[in-house]
Amino acid sequence: MKHGMEIAVAAIIIIFAGVFLFQDAAGDKSWEGADGEAAELIEASGYEPWIEPFWEPPSGEIESLLFALQAAIGAVIIGYVFGYWQAGKKTA
Amino acid sequence: MHIMEGFLPSPWWEIWFLVSLPFIVFGVYQLNRLVKERREALPLLAVAGAFVFVLSSLKLPSFTGSCSHPTGTGLGAVLFGPCITGVLGVIVLIFQAVFLAHGGITTLGANVFSMGIAGPVVAWLVYKAGTRAGANTYATVFAAAALADLFTYVVTSIQLALAFPGTTGFLGAFTAFAAIFAITQVPLAIIEGAVIALVFKYIVHLKPEILIRLNLLPESTIQRLKEAAA
Repeated sequence: MKHGMEIAVAAIIIIFAGVFLFQDAAGDKSWEGADGEAAELIEASGYEPWIEPFWEPPSGEIESLLFALQAAIGAVIIGYVFGYWQAGKKTA
Repeated sequence: MHIMEGFLPSPWWEIWFLVSLPFIVFGVYQLNRLVKERREALPLLAVAGAFVFVLSSLKLPSFTGSCSHPTGTGLGAVLFGPCITGVLGVIVLIFQAVFLAHGGITTLGANVFSMGIAGPVVAWLVYKAGTRAGANTYATVFAAAALADLFTYVVTSIQLALAFPGTTGFLGAFTAFAAIFAITQVPLAIIEGAVIALVFKYIVHLKPEILIRLNLLPESTIQRLKEAAA
């Protein structure tokens, strides 16, 4: 099948999204970061981090901005290279 | 999800820097050789690095009710080996530690080891074993990338359990940390494996000559893969 793999990947992502929507509708999950949960577990034992990050994104919005920027930088490079190869193949 | 700033006490953060260092030094050496001798592979290197950028920025919800992100290192590991991928990991982890307060500078050594080295070593071994055994190429890439993702967080759990054995000892602490990190990671690892296998398919179709030159796939296999998709 020509697009078998694309269909399989799309199916995996749809199942993943479906599970999330179903669980979210049940509504007892917090969807916090796993690293935060680990930090809580460690701090519960009385440990205090010995050093703080020297800069933190001042709000959730700024943090999202920077994460989006990180993804965008990567996506531009991937798109550029694949487009370059595709075009090179056509003219060859 | 990386170990946060300040969450590894001395001597653990120093130890992980020392453990990671030789891999990174060798990675820089390999990278230099690649840049000099295999210039045609540079766009592929850029794609591998960009993949780590994209995938490690996506925090996804998992069935455990918490969020974590894939690593994206499987592609680089399969294509260029674990040491070069370690260097790519250093770049991404510094970006995240400095601009996002995600991970940390003092925990960089530990995070580089889990995400940039340990995971990629698994991916690289799985890929080599799979191709040698003649397994389906895309299934091999899927398994390599998914297991690399999962193993990254198993190592994170080991690192935290070593530093914080608490009252339950190493095994008890490992179980607790693995419940947070590794279990959450299972569905994300499957997605990561699937996406990277798909990208590998596009590389096979667009630039098979690079895969042959990097000794990743024999020409006969590439021919077969192309015919299967035609």
